[in-house]
Amino acid sequence: MLYFSKLKIIFILIISLFLILIASSNLFKFDNNFLKRNINLGLDLQGGSYLLLEIDNKPVIEQKLQNLTITLRDYFKGKNIKLVNFILQNEKILFKVNEKDKQKVLDIFNDKKSEINPYYERFKSHQLEITEENDFLSVIFSKQGLIKLKTSSQEQALEIVRRRIDEVGTNEPNILKRGNDRILVELPGLDDPMRIKTLLGKTANLTFRFVSNNNEDSFGNEKLNYEDEEGSEFVSKRIILSGDNLLDAQPRMDSEANETVVTFSLDRVGAKRFGKATSKGIGRQLAIILDGKIISAPVIQDTIAGGSGQISGGFTFQSATDLALLLRSGALPAPLNIIEERTVGPSLGQDSIDAGIIALIIGFILVIVFIIVKYKIFGIITNTALIINLLLLVGVLTLFEATLTLPGIAGIILTVGMAVDANVLIFERIREELKNEKNRLIAFDSGYSKSKTAILDANITTLLAAIILFFMGSGPIKGFSITLGVGIFTTLFSVYFIARLLTVLYISKNKNKEIVI
Amino acid sequence: MIAFNKYYNQFNILSISLVVISLLFLIFKGLNFGIDFKGGILIELRSTDSKVNVSSLRDRFNQMDLGDVSVKKFGNETDYLIKFENKDNKKNIIEEVKKNLDKSFGNNIDFRRVENVGPKVSAELLRSGIIAISVALALMLIYIWIRFEWQFSLGAICALFHDVIVTLGLFSLLGLEINLSIIAAVLTIVGYSMNDTVVIFDRVRENLRKYADIKIFELTNISINETLSRTLITSITTLLALVSIFIFGGEILKGFSLAMIFGVIFGTYSSIYIANTILVRLNVSQKTILKDEEKN
Repeated sequence: MLYFSKLKIIFILIISLFLILIASSNLFKFDNNFLKRNINLGLDLQGGSYLLLEIDNKPVIEQKLQNLTITLRDYFKGKNIKLVNFILQNEKILFKVNEKDKQKVLDIFNDKKSEINPYYERFKSHQLEITEENDFLSVIFSKQGLIKLKTSSQEQALEIVRRRIDEVGTNEPNILKRGNDRILVELPGLDDPMRIKTLLGKTANLTFRFVSNNNEDSFGNEKLNYEDEEGSEFVSKRIILSGDNLLDAQPRMDSEANETVVTFSLDRVGAKRFGKATSKGIGRQLAIILDGKIISAPVIQDTIAGGSGQISGGFTFQSATDLALLLRSGALPAPLNIIEERTVGPSLGQDSIDAGIIALIIGFILVIVFIIVKYKIFGIITNTALIINLLLLVGVLTLFEATLTLPGIAGIILTVGMAVDANVLIFERIREELKNEKNRLIAFDSGYSKSKTAILDANITTLLAAIILFFMGSGPIKGFSITLGVGIFTTLFSVYFIARLLTVLYISKNKNKEIVI
Repeated sequence: MIAFNKYYNQFNILSISLVVISLLFLIFKGLNFGIDFKGGILIELRSTDSKVNVSSLRDRFNQMDLGDVSVKKFGNETDYLIKFENKDNKKNIIEEVKKNLDKSFGNNIDFRRVENVGPKVSAELLRSGIIAISVALALMLIYIWIRFEWQFSLGAICALFHDVIVTLGLFSLLGLEINLSIIAAVLTIVGYSMNDTVVIFDRVRENLRKYADIKIFELTNISINETLSRTLITSITTLLALVSIFIFGGEILKGFSLAMIFGVIFGTYSSIYIANTILVRLNVSQKTILKDEEKN
């Protein structure tokens, strides 16, 4: 265990120096691209906002089923089968059919080549499931159908969320999928997420619909409130124009009316439809509706043929800017709910860094002093290895540009405390061996080899805990598991290569002197 | 040589009572779950306004009708930690609170940290926390089972359960908050306690091979003594690091480092007085390990 070949020594030195150089790039600015690395600071240290959004897919499912009822009715009509008594409830369609046609309907649904119920070869499952329920037939989304629907709405939502956040212009946002109905947003450096939360909280479903003359809640009408909650209007359910037809939207100061408005331009289809509707509906009120609330309902004065227009509604400049942004970035497929939010202000982040570094320095000094008192010259060896260990740990974290969190700093401090364990195990063992063995070299050698299994066991158990934390933990805790886990490897390296090398050098230099551990 | 084995019985009784008391606390008093596991809102705020103090803040918050609100000083004189349930699941609750506070105290309040955990997320976090600790215990069991004979595994696992239960029991007794970082601490304690036990067991097994005629009662004592200085030095350096985090590492790490400090102390104690006594009670002898080695 004591012999080091020249090659090995060079190898150890190269690795150590390389990692120390990398570690130093946190302090100095290197021009070299490879060396230009930094440890990322977690949101809890640099400040920022973490938002977990959940997509509420219920409206999407109901909308899809709503459309499906029409598709089904038309499809079976073509086959001379009449479906009646459609009921849509609890994400389920119920309908009745003649007893003699029942089997036919079931067969069409369960056919792998079915035109109305796509079959996913890969999952061995249809999109829809049909069952008999009393007199009714009931249709629901199958498990796979639901997953497909969710992942597709997640994908759309992710894109819209990204566009909205990019429009606000925060630095380096992190937007990721979680599961099949969640989106995680990390916004470093943002201490007040209010604006982004408001922007993400809006589905931004824009529609233009005529105000109805018929003042009752009937099949074709619905009663909607104004956005400021003052007054309401009966509005036709028929959509003249939706946000999908929008090409662009910008806030603008309307000097005539002296108020802020949002101007928009439409694509060709939209422009045509808008022109037709406004020419037919002169004198009628056209309601502009966002997420089920009326922004304004101006009276149409003239045909608007150019494919552009403006929305007024008592906006402030900020609210007009936000509305324009929402319209530009498009509507979310479904509402988003913020189910978890963690925001750390930059001042707290800096305080945490300061406290963490002070705790690290003091913990480090305490351990170093204790070890020197305990082991004298071998304490110096242990401490040298400990310092190098710390540099290597920082080096590895920098190399992989790992994220450092406050618990991560705690992990580093803990590593300092536990790292001496291996050296202590070795030195204590050597002490024992020296009692019975006159030949110092043999005593040292067997001290190293006999303590090996205990050291390995000890580190594997800690590593197991760190691995579990890595997979189970989130954010800050993950940071802890990373520093703890990486710390184990750098500890073993520093103990078995650095400290051992120093020990060997020391005893070969002092061959004739008494050595006391 | 210190005669640790003289007190095996006494300390076993002590440990069993500690575990029982802890379990009683856990069952009847329960744990003080933080918002990570219970859901709700946490606000850490700083104010330089002298009008702002615990009672004025509490008054203000009670007027907002948020249900049960807890207001505490947090480290500095100027820092406060406020926690409440978001019972109606209001969307813009934080903004409302901010506006309300600004109205009463002028714009002198700075929200340094805001955490809002919904009920679904907190339930998931709790579940994954429990899974993490269970998986950790299971993995340790498997590891030690591969490495040692079953008597040793049993000893190590009893020591582990003791440490985890007594640490949690102490948290229940003191009413300290359980949050995500406490789960991390418990897992690290599991690793540390295991580590400590394994080092002594390693020596016990080595000595079992060496001395056929020494009874396990004596042998464990010899092994504990031989590894004692290592046990103490490692515990001391680890505690030095942890105490440094506890004192200087800021309020956020207080709970974590305290849990770890308890855990290290219990872990050191349990590897001497629980893990080893189980070997004695199971009457482990040289045959135990030789039989196993023949099989391999």
